[in-house]
Amino acid sequence: MKDIGLARLTVKDLGVGRGGLPLLRGVSFALAPGQALMLRGANGIGKTTLLRTIAGLQPPQAGRVEAEEDTLAFAGHSDGVKATMTVEENLEFWAAVFGHEGTARAMRDLDLMRLMTRPARDLSAGQRRRLGLARLLVTGRAIWLLDEPTVSLDRESAGLFEAALAAHLGQGGAALISSHLDIGGMTDVLDLTPFRATPAALGLAEGSW
Amino acid sequence: MIRLFLRDLSLSIRAGGGFGLALAFFLIIVTLVPFSIGPEPLLLAQIAPGVLWLGALLACLLSLDRLFALDFEDGTLDLLVTAPLPLEGVVAAKSLAHWVTTGLPLTLAAPVFGVLLGLEGDAAIWLVTSLALGTPALSFIGGFGAALTVGLKRGGLLLSLLVLPLYVPTLIFGAEAAARGMAGLNAATPLALLSGITLASLALLPFASAAALRANLK
Amino acid sequence: MSLWEYANPRRFMAVSGRVLPWLGWLTGLTLAIGLIWGFFFTPDDYRQGSTVKIIYLHVPAAMIAINAWGMMLVASLVWLIRRHHVSALAARAAAPVGLTMTAIALATGAIWGQPMWGTWWVWDPRLTSFLILCLFYLGYIALWNAIEDTDTAADLTSILCLVGSVFAALSRYAVNFWNQGLHQGASLSMDAKENVSNVFYIPLLFAIAGFILLFLTLVLLRTRTEIRSRRLVALKLRERMAHA
Repeated sequence: MKDIGLARLTVKDLGVGRGGLPLLRGVSFALAPGQALMLRGANGIGKTTLLRTIAGLQPPQAGRVEAEEDTLAFAGHSDGVKATMTVEENLEFWAAVFGHEGTARAMRDLDLMRLMTRPARDLSAGQRRRLGLARLLVTGRAIWLLDEPTVSLDRESAGLFEAALAAHLGQGGAALISSHLDIGGMTDVLDLTPFRATPAALGLAEGSW
Repeated sequence: MIRLFLRDLSLSIRAGGGFGLALAFFLIIVTLVPFSIGPEPLLLAQIAPGVLWLGALLACLLSLDRLFALDFEDGTLDLLVTAPLPLEGVVAAKSLAHWVTTGLPLTLAAPVFGVLLGLEGDAAIWLVTSLALGTPALSFIGGFGAALTVGLKRGGLLLSLLVLPLYVPTLIFGAEAAARGMAGLNAATPLALLSGITLASLALLPFASAAALRANLK
Repeated sequence: MSLWEYANPRRFMAVSGRVLPWLGWLTGLTLAIGLIWGFFFTPDDYRQGSTVKIIYLHVPAAMIAINAWGMMLVASLVWLIRRHHVSALAARAAAPVGLTMTAIALATGAIWGQPMWGTWWVWDPRLTSFLILCLFYLGYIALWNAIEDTDTAADLTSILCLVGSVFAALSRYAVNFWNQGLHQGASLSMDAKENVSNVFYIPLLFAIAGFILLFLTLVLLRTRTEIRSRRLVALKLRERMAHA
C-alpha cells in the first residue's frame, strides 16, 4: 500500500454558489487525519456545490480551500462507470489514471469479486454505487469527498461501505460526507443551515450591477 | 493517458459505433453522389476527391457530439478533472482515439470507395496522402467544438454550426492537394500547408479545448 | 483616472447614457452627408454608370463587418484576462451588428455584381471570405444564446472568438489560394479605393465615418440593454433568495 499523503483539509470563510446564485457564505472548518465530517442541511442548500468547490471543480466565490496537492478524491451523484466495461476493467482504468494499485483489495472490500467479469451495465443501482465507492479506494487519495454515498445501498452494502470508510480513517485518511441518511460511527456533524447566503452576498457575487 | 486512449478505443469498438458506423456513412455518401449528379465516369472522377473529402468531414462530425458528452453525463469527466492528469492531455488522448476510430479507417478505405467514383492508381495515392495528413486536424478541431458544447442538451446542431466553419482551411488544402496530385500538378504547397494546420491543431487546440471544458464544468 | 474605471457597470451606464444622444445625432448627420452626397451629387462613372454609387453602402459595411470581429476579439481578451463583465457584454452586443454588416456587404455586393459581372454571385476569394465570416458570426451568436449561465457563456464565446479569429485568418488565406488554384488569378473583384477619384472619395470618407459612428452607437445601445438585463437577473435572484 502506497502512502496516501497527509489528510489535512482546511476551509476558511468559503463562499460557494451556482450559476451566479450565492448559496453558502462563511463556511469554515478543518479536517484532521482520521476524522470524518458529516455535512447536513436541507435539500438545495448547497451541499453538492460545496463539495464540488472543495474538489476544485468550480472556483470559490469567496474564501479559501487549503489541502495538499493530489490528496482529494471526489465521488458525486454519478459514479463515472462505463456500461460496456466490466467491473474489473472499470477499476483497473481508474487505478491506472491515479497511478495506484489495490484493485483486488477494493473489490474484496466492497464485495465485488463475484461481479468482477460482469459488464457494468448489468449491475443493479446498488452494485453500481458500490463500484463507484470501490473507485475511491483505488485512487489512493487521503481525503474523500463523498456526495450522498449510501444512496441506493441496502443495509448490508452500507455496512461494507462503513467498514471501508473506517479502514480508511484508521489508515490516517479523512472524509467529508454529505448525507441525509445516518452512517454508522459518524459523530462529527456540520450543519450548513447557519451559513446560508443572504441577499447581501449577491452584491459581492454579481459585481455592482 | 495511454490508458485513457486505449479505454476510449475499446469503448467505441464495443459500442459498435466506432469503425463500422463512420465507414458505413462514408459508403452511403459515395453511393448517393452518382444518383444525384449522374453516372458519367469522367465527371465522377473529376469530383471524386472533393466528394471523398466532404464525406470524411461529415463522417467525422457524426460521432463528435459523443466525444465528451458521454463522459460528462456519467460523471467520468468530473473524475478526470480531479485526476492527476493534465486536462489538455485528456483532450488530446480522446481526440486521438476519435481519429483512430473515424479518420484512420476512412483514410484506409478511401481507395476502395474511390473506385466507385472512378479513381484509380496514382490518384488514390494522392487521396490517401491528403486524408492521412488532414483528418487528424478534423478530430482535434472537432474536439474543440465538442468541448464547447459539452454541457448542452441538444448540442449536435450547434456543434456542426461551430465546427464546420473551422474546417474550411483543412478542407480547401486537403481537397486541393488531392486534386492537384491527380492532375499531375505540383501538390507540395497544399500538402505542406495541410500538414501545418494539422500539426498546429495537434499542438495548440487541446489547450483551448481544456479551457472550454473547465468553463463548462463550473 | 484609469481606463478600467469604465469597466464598472454603473460607471459605464452613467457615462454612456450621457454620450449616447450626442453620438446618435452625430451618426445621423455624418451618414446623411455621406449617403446624400454620394448618391445624388457625384457624377456617374464612365464605365460603371450609376451602379458605382452602391460603394457608399458596400465599402463601409464591409469594413465594419471585419473590424467588428476585431473589436469582439479585443473585448473577449479583456474578459478572459481581467474579468470585466462590461467587456464580455460589449462583445455579445457587437456580434449581431457585425453579422448585419456582413449581410449588407454581401447583399450590396450581389446587387452590384449583377450588372457588372452578369451574375449575382461568383466564388471570388473576397466574397467567399465574407460568406465564411458570416458563418463565424452565426456560430458565435448561437453559442451565446445556447448557454444559460452568462459567465460560462462569456468564457466559452471568448475562447471561440480567439480560436475562430485564427481560423478566419487561415480561411482568408486558404480561399485566396484555392481560387487562384482554379482560375489562375482571374479575380473579378475590384478594389474600390484604387480607381476612385477624389469626387467619389470624399463622400465615401463621410459614409465610412458614418458607419463607424453607427456601429459605436448600436454597440453602446445594445451593451446598455445587456447590462440592464443582467441587472434584472440579479434583482430576480435577490428576490428568490429573500423568499428562500
